[in-house]
Amino acid sequence: MIARLFATLRGLLGRRRIEGEIDEELRDHLEREIEAHRSRGVAAEEARRLALRDLGGLAQTTESTRAVRATWLDTVSRDIGYAARVLRRSPIFATVAVLSLALGIGANAAIFQLVDAVRLRSLPVPNAHELVDVRPSGTQAFGTYEGVNSRATYPLWEQIRTHQTAFTGMFAWGDIRLLIGRGAAARRADGLWVSGDFFRVLGVTAVRGRLIEASDDYRGCAGGSAIISHAFWQRHFGGADAAIGSTLTIFDRPVTVIGVTDASFTGLEVGRSFEIALPVCAAAAGPRRDEDVVTALDRRDHWWLTVMGRLKPDWTIERASEQMRAISPGILQATQPSGYPAALMQAYRNITFSAFPAAQGVSQVRDAHDRSLLMLLGLTGLVLLITCGNLATLMLARAGAREREMAIRVAIGASRPRIAAQLVIESLLVAGAGAVLALPMALVSARALVGFLDVADNPVTLTLGVDWRLVTFVGGIAVLTTVLFGLLPALRVSTVDPIVAMRQASRGLTADPRHALFQRALVVGQIAVSLVLVMAALLFVRTFRNLATVDLGFEPSGLVAISFLDLASQALPVEQRVVFQRRLTEEMRSIPGIVAAASSSKIPMQRGVWSHFFTVPDADASQKAARFTYVGPGYFETMGIRRLAGRAFTDRDDSAGRPVLIVNESFVRAHLRQRNPIGATVRRLAEPGYPETLFEIVGVVANIKYEDFRDESCWCDGPDGMPPIAYVPLAQDPNPFPWASIVVRTDVSIAALTDAIIRRVGRLNPAITVGIMDVAEQLQDRLSPERMVAWLAGAFGVLAVVLVTVGLYGIIAYRAVSRRNEIGIRLSLGATRTHIVLLVLRDSLLLLTIGLAIGLPLTSATLRGAEALLFGLSPTDVPMLVAAAVLLAASAAAAGSVPAWRAARTQPDIALRSE
Amino acid sequence: MNKTQLLQGTLDLLILRILDLGPNHGWGISSRLQQISQDGLKTSQGSLYPALHRLEMRGEVRSEMTTSENNRRARVYTITRTGRKRLNQETETWEAFALSMRRVLEEGQ
Repeated sequence: MIARLFATLRGLLGRRRIEGEIDEELRDHLEREIEAHRSRGVAAEEARRLALRDLGGLAQTTESTRAVRATWLDTVSRDIGYAARVLRRSPIFATVAVLSLALGIGANAAIFQLVDAVRLRSLPVPNAHELVDVRPSGTQAFGTYEGVNSRATYPLWEQIRTHQTAFTGMFAWGDIRLLIGRGAAARRADGLWVSGDFFRVLGVTAVRGRLIEASDDYRGCAGGSAIISHAFWQRHFGGADAAIGSTLTIFDRPVTVIGVTDASFTGLEVGRSFEIALPVCAAAAGPRRDEDVVTALDRRDHWWLTVMGRLKPDWTIERASEQMRAISPGILQATQPSGYPAALMQAYRNITFSAFPAAQGVSQVRDAHDRSLLMLLGLTGLVLLITCGNLATLMLARAGAREREMAIRVAIGASRPRIAAQLVIESLLVAGAGAVLALPMALVSARALVGFLDVADNPVTLTLGVDWRLVTFVGGIAVLTTVLFGLLPALRVSTVDPIVAMRQASRGLTADPRHALFQRALVVGQIAVSLVLVMAALLFVRTFRNLATVDLGFEPSGLVAISFLDLASQALPVEQRVVFQRRLTEEMRSIPGIVAAASSSKIPMQRGVWSHFFTVPDADASQKAARFTYVGPGYFETMGIRRLAGRAFTDRDDSAGRPVLIVNESFVRAHLRQRNPIGATVRRLAEPGYPETLFEIVGVVANIKYEDFRDESCWCDGPDGMPPIAYVPLAQDPNPFPWASIVVRTDVSIAALTDAIIRRVGRLNPAITVGIMDVAEQLQDRLSPERMVAWLAGAFGVLAVVLVTVGLYGIIAYRAVSRRNEIGIRLSLGATRTHIVLLVLRDSLLLLTIGLAIGLPLTSATLRGAEALLFGLSPTDVPMLVAAAVLLAASAAAAGSVPAWRAARTQPDIALRSE
Repeated sequence: MNKTQLLQGTLDLLILRILDLGPNHGWGISSRLQQISQDGLKTSQGSLYPALHRLEMRGEVRSEMTTSENNRRARVYTITRTGRKRLNQETETWEAFALSMRRVLEEGQ
């Protein structure tokens, strides 16, 4: 056995050599034979003739000896050559098959690339599997947050670092949107706060200069140095060495570039890349309210950091988690914020930290799109399945047509497994060509898909490219499809009986009922699967429509949000900020084309939540939480929010006036049940910067969507949906932000206003950088991922219908033609044309009915997992199911009608004569 | 006596038998075959070489290119342990067969 294996191997490796040696060996034989003859006195010519005769001819013997040496590899390469010739002879079949597979595989590969990029790939740092994310598992819903990756305060980070024993090194980091440059020339940049050990523990290296080190990160650091990413270096400095030591203006302060990171490192968040990294200690001097004597480093209620570490080699995640849980109470005791209600502090002390694997970094993109990407991958898989079904039908038809060829080959001695192998190789060749074409297609379309996710408001950058996972995936799919569409036809053909095939071939058609049954089962399966796809298409298109037309409670079109991005106005003392905002608002109102303007602490449907705790003294003592928005006079008119009762805010609602509130309907329903809202009181609980205040409700407005198109939690007993919101006059904010936004409503084009707005703001203060946003456009951008899913699902649905219609048509037409005799007899016996049409259509209807019967449970089982992605309808929405079924029924009728019509026009005499 | 047609399948056995006597090259095997059987068995030299290579693929003989007298390159075959085992088995089978044949034929006279 082993010896045989070695011989085969040797045969494989030394083919060329062996062939040469066989020639040599036989020549040697001839020479010896000739010599032997000569020594017996035979003449030279004669000796040579005898020797050649006895050998049976040199060429023949060489060939037959070589044949012994031939291995399966030779056989396969011969088969591939044969298959290629066969495919070249039917170019239309080959093109259709290869292209449809390329489309199917390409779609799968494109989605797979995204899945790979957001959830499979590890961070490009050494030993990424050792990275661990330490985050609190309890709630920390108080204080202020920088973003989604804000899981720890600076004091908590210091405590964790001091008390942990699980990690060889730890680091903390946070996101920040930086402002580079000054005034109108300023631009935004994605920044990172990094602790001193960040780069060292991660194992990131510098391509120029040096990276931030532990010695750069100390309390009171001037924060004058920055690291830039490789991409930013290329973009901003053209990759010049002079970048090191040059100065950037960040938030109006000079900062020196000291190093450039390696190109592969783009940050710890997949889907987003950093441009500039600053030492975390510099946040003490970063953007803050000037009143705060406590800096970001000391604030115990400011959550802005993510804490991560590298696990010790002999530690497991569970053990690290246990250690984190064990040290949590002490850490939280030591970092308790002051100025908050006691109940909140109890909740704070109950927080526990745990460890989570972080080899793949953190990702908002992953969290947001994981589910839809997997769902899309499932849908593309189904499309490929239907494609394979059609190809299998096509292959079977071809196999039928080639029965004669196969019969001849069987008759002259080809073994059945050889013929089957030959056909499988043909299929593999088709699938392989499809896969090769699919790869570039996948690369292009994956990029296009990222374009859908990457919108101005929420930039997404993903590293896409060909890696071993993609190649394996595509290769695997190619083999799988070959099995699906090539194996059965191959088996069928190899069981052909040469005598039967030859006899039937003369009649041009072979109607083996077994094969017809198989083909019909195939179409039934395709109908069932396409019901899933059509249903998914309807659901996602409908979901997108529902989201796009959802009642937001305000009118986004013609609404412009103006935000002031820099700190130039920060120097204003609190009492002057309100005055400044009022002047800005008036300045805006005076611009021709602007019909209303108002300032506000929050623009609805922008990310970010501002909330306070409160009680309703007339009801009970229980503490509640709701979203609070600080707005100037004219806010509701500007936004187009309907007023339902009471009054609006006026200029007299200022710090000198009585504290007043306007609440929305949800607030009334959730917190003021049974009570007349007007005149009811709400007590806002004290927290740092916000003393306890008793408000009187003076008005009620309609609900709006606050942050999300979908339902938001109301933080109350009531149903989720539009959340309760309390509005406070901006002038009664004890601690107004220096960078509050202004919303304006315009009846002219927004683009035309931009210059006027910038000019007017510049007149007030030339140092102010203005950000102008078309609210309606931004909302559209936010729905871009849903639009992508709707488009793709819709396209897959259409594709499924087309493929199934074609498949059905093939089967029905084939059946109708093979029943030509029967139809001819029926017609001559007096059947009407209508009878014949119904006869053929019945066939189509039967397949459809069985397909739908299988498809219905399949659909509800498959799409149940997509429930969370839908909006405003359930995965088993009955009208949608009916619509999907009707759509398929219509396509089945269309597929059946042409053959039916043709069958009905059969001339009985011709049909019978042709037999 | 007519030259007996070589019974199919016995060629392998004969080659192994000759190689059992010692390593040899193709021509040597062929002439030895005629010698031993006193020209009673005439192999087609054309089928000798495929058979040799088949035996090598099955691991029953192995071969080596050697440079022999007057700088001639020749392939020399050697029987392997697997080959010897097969030779013994087939010889037994063959002898048993031959014995039965002889009995049947003598009985018939």
